[in-house]
Amino acid sequence: METLELQAKNNTPYINFDASTGIMVMKGRSTPENSVEYYEPITNWVLNYIQSPAENTIIKVQFEYFNTSSSKCILDVLKKFAEIHKAGKSAKVEWYFEEDDEDMKEAGEDYGDIVKMPFEVIEIPE
Amino acid sequence: MSNYHTLYEKMHDNNIMLTFKGEVSFDLVNSVLKIMEERLDRIEENKKTRKKVYNVLVECLQNLCNHIETSDYEVQGYDARTALLIIETDAEKYKVVTGNYIPKDQVAGLKERLEQINSISKEELRELYKKILDNGQFSEKGGGGLGFIDIARKSGQKLKYEFENVNETVAFFTLRIDVPRKDSAEE
Repeated sequence: METLELQAKNNTPYINFDASTGIMVMKGRSTPENSVEYYEPITNWVLNYIQSPAENTIIKVQFEYFNTSSSKCILDVLKKFAEIHKAGKSAKVEWYFEEDDEDMKEAGEDYGDIVKMPFEVIEIPE
Repeated sequence: MSNYHTLYEKMHDNNIMLTFKGEVSFDLVNSVLKIMEERLDRIEENKKTRKKVYNVLVECLQNLCNHIETSDYEVQGYDARTALLIIETDAEKYKVVTGNYIPKDQVAGLKERLEQINSISKEELRELYKKILDNGQFSEKGGGGLGFIDIARKSGQKLKYEFENVNETVAFFTLRIDVPRKDSAEE
């Protein structure tokens, strides 16, 4: 399976989903005009990936900002990844937030409550 | 011509950072965000506050933009596609004000939503957000009524609003969000 790599733009995050290593990176900002359209290829890639995932899947999420319309799309992506855990394989989320960014910490905790898979909220020291 | 000088002085006295009146397109939203990001970087030392103001702006502007995209009506000469945006600051807070025309039959529903958000605690807001995020109906572009809740959570303040009757069918909706400067709100 080919690696999904999308470069960060002003409104969209950096994406690097690597099927061979199982490391999935989402990083930066997500405030696209049309979130559903933007996340569609990403969700499709994940749907394919979860058919035969790597030994260990680690989803590293490090957002600076995301808008509310992205929030549902991000949740959908994480829920798809959670299927791996449900199927008994190893998958976890590492949700990073910058030191003092209470809002992003809370967001991580919120997602951790909803998504049924190991979920770690991690502070990045300044 | 001296009117313009008066206007300028008034804007200066109110510490207006940015003001706009007109059609709100997504390109405009991006331009405003870019300008505001640069200004906030210059004048706001607190990174947390910078992020909060930016976040509130994103939601306010995208709210306006979405509203405008779904409103192809023009009611008795009141153009639903144009809006007002004012961003002010003083030592205590940032103020983000938006104003736009809405059909009067939307007033009651909107008021109810805003009142609900204003009447519940911070923790309840968080639970409501989570509930809508997990179960809510989302529109084509992904909006789903989370905008106002997010604005209330990020600003930590009640949403200030006003509906002004324009005529039998049209009202002017003003929304004001205050974002406190420094960490005075919580710590």
